[in-house]
Amino acid sequence: MSTAEKKGFCWTKENEALAQHHIAKYPEGRQQSAVMPLLDIAQRQNGGHVTVEIMEYIADYLDMPAIRVQEVATFYTMYNHRPIGKHHVQVCGTTPCWLRGSDKILAAIEAHLGIKKGETTADGLFTLGEVECAGACVNAPVVSIGDDYFEDLSPERVTEILDMIKDGKDVVAGPQNGRQTSAPLGELTSLTEFVEKA
Amino acid sequence: MLQDKDRIFTNLYGHEPWNLDAAMKRGDWDGTKELLAKGRDWIISEMKESGLRGRGGAGFPTGLKWSFMPKESDGRPSYLVVNADEGEPGTCKDRDLMRHDPHKLIEGCLIAGFAMNAVAAYIYIRGEFYREAEVLNAAIEEARAKGFLGKNACGSGYDFDVHVHRGAGAYICGEETALIESLEGKKGQPRLKPPFPANVGVWGCPTTVNNVESIAVAPTILRRGASWFAGLGRENNTGTKVFCISGHVNNPCNVEEEMGIPLKELIEKHAGGVRGGWDNLLAVIPGGSSVPVLPKEICDTVRMDFDSLRDVQSGLGTAAVIVMDKSTDIVKAIARLSEFYKHESCGQCTPCREGTGWMWRVMERLVVGKADKEEIDMLLDVTKQIEGHTICALGDAAAWPIQGLMRHFRHEVEARIDAYHAKAAE
Repeated sequence: MSTAEKKGFCWTKENEALAQHHIAKYPEGRQQSAVMPLLDIAQRQNGGHVTVEIMEYIADYLDMPAIRVQEVATFYTMYNHRPIGKHHVQVCGTTPCWLRGSDKILAAIEAHLGIKKGETTADGLFTLGEVECAGACVNAPVVSIGDDYFEDLSPERVTEILDMIKDGKDVVAGPQNGRQTSAPLGELTSLTEFVEKA
Repeated sequence: MLQDKDRIFTNLYGHEPWNLDAAMKRGDWDGTKELLAKGRDWIISEMKESGLRGRGGAGFPTGLKWSFMPKESDGRPSYLVVNADEGEPGTCKDRDLMRHDPHKLIEGCLIAGFAMNAVAAYIYIRGEFYREAEVLNAAIEEARAKGFLGKNACGSGYDFDVHVHRGAGAYICGEETALIESLEGKKGQPRLKPPFPANVGVWGCPTTVNNVESIAVAPTILRRGASWFAGLGRENNTGTKVFCISGHVNNPCNVEEEMGIPLKELIEKHAGGVRGGWDNLLAVIPGGSSVPVLPKEICDTVRMDFDSLRDVQSGLGTAAVIVMDKSTDIVKAIARLSEFYKHESCGQCTPCREGTGWMWRVMERLVVGKADKEEIDMLLDVTKQIEGHTICALGDAAAWPIQGLMRHFRHEVEARIDAYHAKAAE
């Protein structure tokens, strides 16, 4: 048993296979390239954040110095170093979203959940954060919850979505105003020939 | 206005499935083997003839970039890396290409990879695009199962594979050498050039990094011919381009249009016009957050292409059009971008690490007018000290929005300072 295993982290069988799948993408001897996907897998297995033990475990696993794993894990914003709630709610507030009212979206979420940016609700369900440009600017304002984007939001709709998630109901991700992905709302201005044929 | 028959991304909005069957009905993977049989030199020469300029922001000729790769291996393999780390504020086009038309990108990887004698392609996709990465992975599996990728790809006798690598939330990884570092499993800090990636890229091997759109248009260009693509748009600014229109328009959207389309026509035809009408327009950032803002007078007539926008001291960048109407606090809009760059600076170069924070703090004071007018010139001087003095272009990207603001809206900043001092004197 390695030191890391003694400390309590070890891949599940499925995640071991997944880790190997990622390592196999890179040339032989370049397994360090898999550090980012492995940190992501480990973070998911651990319920949403990475620990020193996890970083040491991955360092052993990829045969690289632990400090190099730590450098990566602290450089990229998607690795959390503290426990987070079950649902990670991230509001985009960069200029295109801000122009479409992201301040009001953030305020509505803060009021509804009773927490500020960086905090987690007492029931452990939601952690609120901010993301720098989510890259869905024509569907602003945008909030990501877990792995999904909720787009074209209003303050009312975002609180409804949070309630639905809390009640364990399914919510369809994507635009919330009835439009088709990034197409203009209403009549199409291009691709009519293709869409009609389909 | 571009006609549907000349549009490359016929499933831009995902009205049809992304899968292989649907993609093949749309014309993808049609005669790929025959295209490859025409040889590397033919592919690169067609790409050069087409006039395609890189769609990631810098506008470097794609065919020329491909030609920099070594023709014969010195023992090291070559790689194609696709930059799908889309994160330039305003930009959300590659997301659509990957989730709705992934096979165009995958086929493009094979063709571009073959032309550059690469053994594999790595698509570096931003970590937040989790669902898009799922689609890409599934599409790659489909292509492998069909024999389009892997050993003897498409029956060409050439072995080639495509892999997806997810990022984890760092804008800087959109810079090609930072992206390469990240792909090697390191923190994403840009490398000094030279050596350029075509000599020493990922894992010390020759590498070309191309934007998603640049690669995804390649198969269609080769099938329809370089002259077809070159016949669209304007000289030195050829072809079609996916534009992202966000902000204060009635119907924000992505749309594929002809290069050189007038900005006003683009906004009015596809995005339902400016909120409150064209006369309610204040300013437009025409090519993603890094390029300088343009006031309405310029927006009235400017065309959307590399050279036209350069001529008005801005840029096409990623063709992400951020529209701001007269209700906009323009100083705050730019200050918010300064905050973005401060957050995303990797910290490697002092002028950027210290300068982005310094500029943002001054910008925040300018939002309320709590400054002296001399500080405007001091701020501009600092932007000049950052610009061109860092390893990568993030420093430049942080400087340009502020320079654009002062070029066109200095009067607004000064009025705010006057108002603040007048109020303080009361």
